[in-house]
Amino acid sequence: MRPVLLVFRREFAAYFSTPVAAVFLIVFLALAAGMAFLVSGFFDRGQADLSGFFFWHPWLYLVLMPAIAMRLWAEERRSGTIELLMTLPVQPWQIVVGKWLAAWAFAALALVLTMPLWITVNVLGSPDNGVILSSYLGSWLMAGAFLALAAAISALTKSQVLAFIGATAVSFLFVMAGFDLVIAAVRSWAPNFIVDAVRSMSFFAHFQHITDGVLELPSIIFFVSLIVFCLWLNVRIIEVKKAA
Amino acid sequence: MALVEARDLVKRFGSLTAVDGISFSVERGEVVGFLGPNGAGKSTAMKIISGFLEPTSGEAWIDGHNSHTDPIAARRKLGYLPEGAPAYADMTVAAFLEFVAAMHGMTKAQANARLAELVDRIDLAGVWNQRIEALSKGFKRRVGIAQALVHDPDALILDEPTDGLDPIQKYEMRDLIRSIARQKAIIISTHILEEVEAVCTRAIIIAKGRMLADATPAELLSRAPAIGTLALALATADPQGAIDILAKHPGVGAVEIVQRHNGVTRLVVRTAKSRPSADEIAGLLGRSNISVTEFYVERATLDDVFRQITNHGAEN
Repeated sequence: MRPVLLVFRREFAAYFSTPVAAVFLIVFLALAAGMAFLVSGFFDRGQADLSGFFFWHPWLYLVLMPAIAMRLWAEERRSGTIELLMTLPVQPWQIVVGKWLAAWAFAALALVLTMPLWITVNVLGSPDNGVILSSYLGSWLMAGAFLALAAAISALTKSQVLAFIGATAVSFLFVMAGFDLVIAAVRSWAPNFIVDAVRSMSFFAHFQHITDGVLELPSIIFFVSLIVFCLWLNVRIIEVKKAA
Repeated sequence: MALVEARDLVKRFGSLTAVDGISFSVERGEVVGFLGPNGAGKSTAMKIISGFLEPTSGEAWIDGHNSHTDPIAARRKLGYLPEGAPAYADMTVAAFLEFVAAMHGMTKAQANARLAELVDRIDLAGVWNQRIEALSKGFKRRVGIAQALVHDPDALILDEPTDGLDPIQKYEMRDLIRSIARQKAIIISTHILEEVEAVCTRAIIIAKGRMLADATPAELLSRAPAIGTLALALATADPQGAIDILAKHPGVGAVEIVQRHNGVTRLVVRTAKSRPSADEIAGLLGRSNISVTEFYVERATLDDVFRQITNHGAEN
């Protein structure tokens, strides 16, 4: 476990070694609050809840999570430090997990910084704090899935830009999977079980289940298994690249 | 089994064969120089032995542990300086070396004791709390060496340890390598021949992925072509007689006049297989009453050997 923690600490500190982290956090907070207040009409709705805030998370994460994770492996490849890292006497999975945890912790920090919104709704009314808490946890879990996906894609390239574009494109498919547009396109040629499979991959639908407080467990299992799968994929990508 | 052992290493990237059947072993106390032109496959071979790349075929062992089937045990015994001495630019020297030490499983106390020793030895005290991105090339390379030595490994693989260093730093780096050589098996790669003569007990010449030679620097020098150059100074203003005499010797090729000044003529004599000795020349010219005031033999260098061996390899 110690190597995981060591990698985690190094990576987490690396986020703050440049002003990029601060810029990222400001952009995230501005977008998250902006969407909630301006687009969802936080004040006009007359309801003391944060559903207008959480509604936008899948869309925000679509670009923001790849931005957090793109550096994880691509930068190691570009600078050559991957050679150093991969010849230390630790298992590849320990490095993969440590890196992902650092990104996930950074996402947690971004979410924690939105807490003033939570305080605001409590001042203005009496929201269901249980729903808000589970929405926060669900949002964090979903962020973890986005990050695991983006980290695996980052391991494919030495270009952070390519890692970002690739991760955003793949994430977009996952977010959109539940929408009629996609489902209709799939239904036109695929049998029902494939249509159902595609629908069940939707980040958007699963996140909705969690924020609505219904069907939470299957959605939690979905995100957790996707994270585990992507981390496994990340390890495989690194091993395959070694033999290439 | 030797401390470092490579057997029939082959690495292909698509249609390119970067490493083509390299086998050798390095015992404790040896410093082996990988010598070859750029792109010869030196770095690729080192990446395979360190376990960073998987070979297409063949195997490598560090202290008996297979680099690929038992990588963790092999890496504990190995210090590795990758090509270009990469290090995390955003970390300070201290944080970086502490990170590497901890990843090697050293406790904080062990790491501190070892790092205190290395800081002195590698002269890093002045930059200890500086970020690596702010360091000069020479210091970056030293940090890379420190990183490879942190866990006091038995085997060291250093890819171009003196690349980018100024002459004094190069001298110090070689000194450092010599000072630890007795207890370790060391492989360094270089394309600087004088480095091989300065620090290596053995040289392996690689070109186009193949091993062309594996011998001590002295053995390699003895393979030097006998073709060389003599420089003579004669106490005469008219060297024609001397040139005629010299040209008759079977070991002499061309004779050139370099300079005529104050009754002294300087000649350069290109020699072929059987080089005439100083005695012979003095004797030959003395019979015609021409006295030789200076006599230099240009010594064959590893450069000549290297050029000869790599050209020969390229023809095959």
